[in-house]
Amino acid sequence: MLEIRDIHKSYEGKPLLEGISFTVREGETVCLLGESGSGKSTLLRIIAGLEEAEAGSLWWNGEEISAVPAHKRGFGLMFQDYALFPHRNVQANVAFGLRMQGLPSAEVEARTRAALAMVRMDGFEGRAVAELSGGEQQRVALARALAPDPRLLMLDEPLGALDHALRKQLIGELRRILHDSRKPAIYVTHDREEAFGLADTLMLLHGGRIAQAGSTAELFRHPVNAWAAGFLGLGSLLSGVVLSLAPLRVGTALGVFRVSDCARAWQPGEKVQLLLRPREARVFAGQPEGENQFTARVRDCLFMGENYQTELRVDDYSLTIQTELPLGVGADLVVGFPPDKLSCLEAE
Amino acid sequence: MKAKRGKFWWKALLWLLPAAFLLVFFYQPLAAILRLAFSARLAGEGQSFQPAMVAETFGFTLWQALLSTLLTLGVGLPAAYLFSHFEFPGRKFLRLITLLPFILPTVVTAVCFNSLLGPRGWLNLGLMALFNLSEPPVHILDSLPAILLAHVFYNSSLIIRIVGGAWSRLDRKLTQAARMLGADAWHTFWELTLPLLLPAIGGASLLVFLFDFTSFGVVLMLGGPRFATLEVEIYTQALYLFNLPLAGVLSVVQLAFTLLVAWLQNRVSLPRYGKAAMSSERANLRRPKTRAEKAFTLAVVIMLAALTLLPLLSLVTRSVVSLEADRGARGEVQAGFTLRYYRELFRNTSGSIFYVPPVTAVRNSLLYAGAAMLIANLLGLLTSYALQASGRLGRWLEPLFILPLGASAVTLGLGFVMVFRRPPWDAFSFPMLIPFAHALVALPLVLRTLLPTLRGIPDSLRQAAGTLGAGWARVFREVDLPVMLRSLLVSMVFAFTVSLGEFGASSFLSTGQNPTIPVAIFRYISQPGALNYGQALAMSTILLLVCAAGSVLIEKARLPGEELF
Repeated sequence: MLEIRDIHKSYEGKPLLEGISFTVREGETVCLLGESGSGKSTLLRIIAGLEEAEAGSLWWNGEEISAVPAHKRGFGLMFQDYALFPHRNVQANVAFGLRMQGLPSAEVEARTRAALAMVRMDGFEGRAVAELSGGEQQRVALARALAPDPRLLMLDEPLGALDHALRKQLIGELRRILHDSRKPAIYVTHDREEAFGLADTLMLLHGGRIAQAGSTAELFRHPVNAWAAGFLGLGSLLSGVVLSLAPLRVGTALGVFRVSDCARAWQPGEKVQLLLRPREARVFAGQPEGENQFTARVRDCLFMGENYQTELRVDDYSLTIQTELPLGVGADLVVGFPPDKLSCLEAE
Repeated sequence: MKAKRGKFWWKALLWLLPAAFLLVFFYQPLAAILRLAFSARLAGEGQSFQPAMVAETFGFTLWQALLSTLLTLGVGLPAAYLFSHFEFPGRKFLRLITLLPFILPTVVTAVCFNSLLGPRGWLNLGLMALFNLSEPPVHILDSLPAILLAHVFYNSSLIIRIVGGAWSRLDRKLTQAARMLGADAWHTFWELTLPLLLPAIGGASLLVFLFDFTSFGVVLMLGGPRFATLEVEIYTQALYLFNLPLAGVLSVVQLAFTLLVAWLQNRVSLPRYGKAAMSSERANLRRPKTRAEKAFTLAVVIMLAALTLLPLLSLVTRSVVSLEADRGARGEVQAGFTLRYYRELFRNTSGSIFYVPPVTAVRNSLLYAGAAMLIANLLGLLTSYALQASGRLGRWLEPLFILPLGASAVTLGLGFVMVFRRPPWDAFSFPMLIPFAHALVALPLVLRTLLPTLRGIPDSLRQAAGTLGAGWARVFREVDLPVMLRSLLVSMVFAFTVSLGEFGASSFLSTGQNPTIPVAIFRYISQPGALNYGQALAMSTILLLVCAAGSVLIEKARLPGEELF
């Protein structure tokens, strides 16, 4: 469907996007996840036709659309702060795109009502947009973007302005609506919770390039490098050097770790980072016995409902682990990570 | 308890001085005019009250104001778009130059156009030299187009500043959202940009209309005897025909209508959609890219330069060029550069229409302007504090202090003459009253500059200073004053230049021995003779330079992102 080929764009003389290519298939929701300033919104605006790329091209079903102006692309864009028209009421906001298509007023009205029903905002037609709460505005903006039946839906941090509880609730609704509409969608966010909740395909944007693309499960299990693991918040990272191969052994400040994950061929002496996932930690009493174990002091222990989030410290290295039971602050204990639960990642 | 009472008295004192001043110098003259007008109406004196004449004058005033406003919009809107969207060489200079006419005295505006289009102006001189004519071929002065042209000249900046300011802050995401929903450029403008800019356009238009409706100097000097607005008619009836009752009736009609427009202006320009439509930061300017954009930029720049720069340059250059034979030396044409008109300002020749050196007018004007600046700013500061400190009451009382904006300078002059000719006042005290009249004319501008800044200082800042042990005087010195300093400077420059150029009230109050600069310029240009003409140009040029310095000061001292009005 949509194909993006080798998009380049610079901002104030510095390269921002350096060759972005990907495709969006029918019914697929692609999440662009990146830090603020990574250029993800700019990329979205280039796809929308609101900004021009310096190089690269856009294709829709094999037809180049790079030069097609924004209002003729037939794409829907939901803005970060919604950009609802303040001088129009809810009904007129949602009807706007339909009116621009020159549809008869009866159809405009019917489809407006249907769009509002889809986001559960029926009955709000006559309300001024300024009277709506943040969540309500978000729904109206979504209805407005969906009403003209765009061939692609783009959402630019649509939940960014909302509080946490509302966000959690709306992620679910967005997933339902995106699924029901079967529209290809590009969803831009810096929040991994949103991305994991919505994406069919997740793309990490970093340093002007797509650092990794794949399903949420793939990215979760096999982050491509230490940056990706850190950004996705998968665990604590520990710097080390490859000591030997087969079995892969990594020397670190906390001792030597044996790793059975071999996603890539390593060289002895190569600098790497180990990903220590909080839920994979094993805690013992006594002294560390051999590899994959070290002694740490409990700095803090927080009750999280299901389990405890415990912050540990070894000299000036700190890491977080999950434990079933509370640990006494100040206590020394032995922590171990089984070789098959460790990931060895390319250092940044 | 004691402290609370002390505070009350402070507040009362804040109110007292401005209120007393307005009562004596504004509402008293106003009452006198009302009394006069209604007594004339009730007495039904056929000779003094002429309904048909009042209606006709009102009709013309309305008509020329409407036409002027439409033309000003025609010039101002494209310029507002240009300044709010495009970066181009000379942008800052052009922006500054368009501010200048607004603070230029109307008399100088009239002389500018006279030096360009009048019988001795560049256009006619050029055509006469080119085609060897003995009479000036172009007669634009003393016509409606001359009035309209001058009105467009000095009011375009209002549209540029107000509409351009709103346009550059208009949230671009809204128009982009419209594009994404399939709206082409025309629909985006029609459905989004125009409705969202409407408060700014409406407010600015009504303000321009207000200035055009109460136009005095321009109409008097460029319209000739055939055209008279209410202002000019009040002046003529009062000073030349001594028909004070009719002048009173005209004043009341004028006042009632301007108040209505001012009220409407206030209503219309209220920001309707608040934060939703305006982003806090200005959109980035960009260089014109397409051929159409480049052509548009060039066209608007040329139009603005022709409209603004040409009359200004024409005045300055014409004031240092002698092109005609001097009086008593017919035939000996000395064409070329001369500073004679400037030198003559300091001499008292018998040929001068004054029996005092023209430089006296300069001295008078500077003295008046200095006094008016101090009075207006002292009153403005006190009033601002009084209005700001009294919350809801202040909002109710505010219109009473803004009202002098609705009363024209000529009305004010008429009222002054009527009230202050009785003992203990007499005709000799009129010149002393000039700074008070000028301060009243400047007060609304001063308030519009100071009050928003004062209201912008968060109370928590003062409270914080207070909890740190600062008394009210200390708080004023350490918190208010530093924040207010720029605004105070701007409002002082405003008051000074307003007083320097004020013509309407001054024409009532200044005497033959004590003219102000605009009054002197008017007398010079009304008299025949190359020397009188040249001296009018020279004095106007001096005033222009002072105003130019003023507009630079205002532009520099203005807080970034802050707009006038």
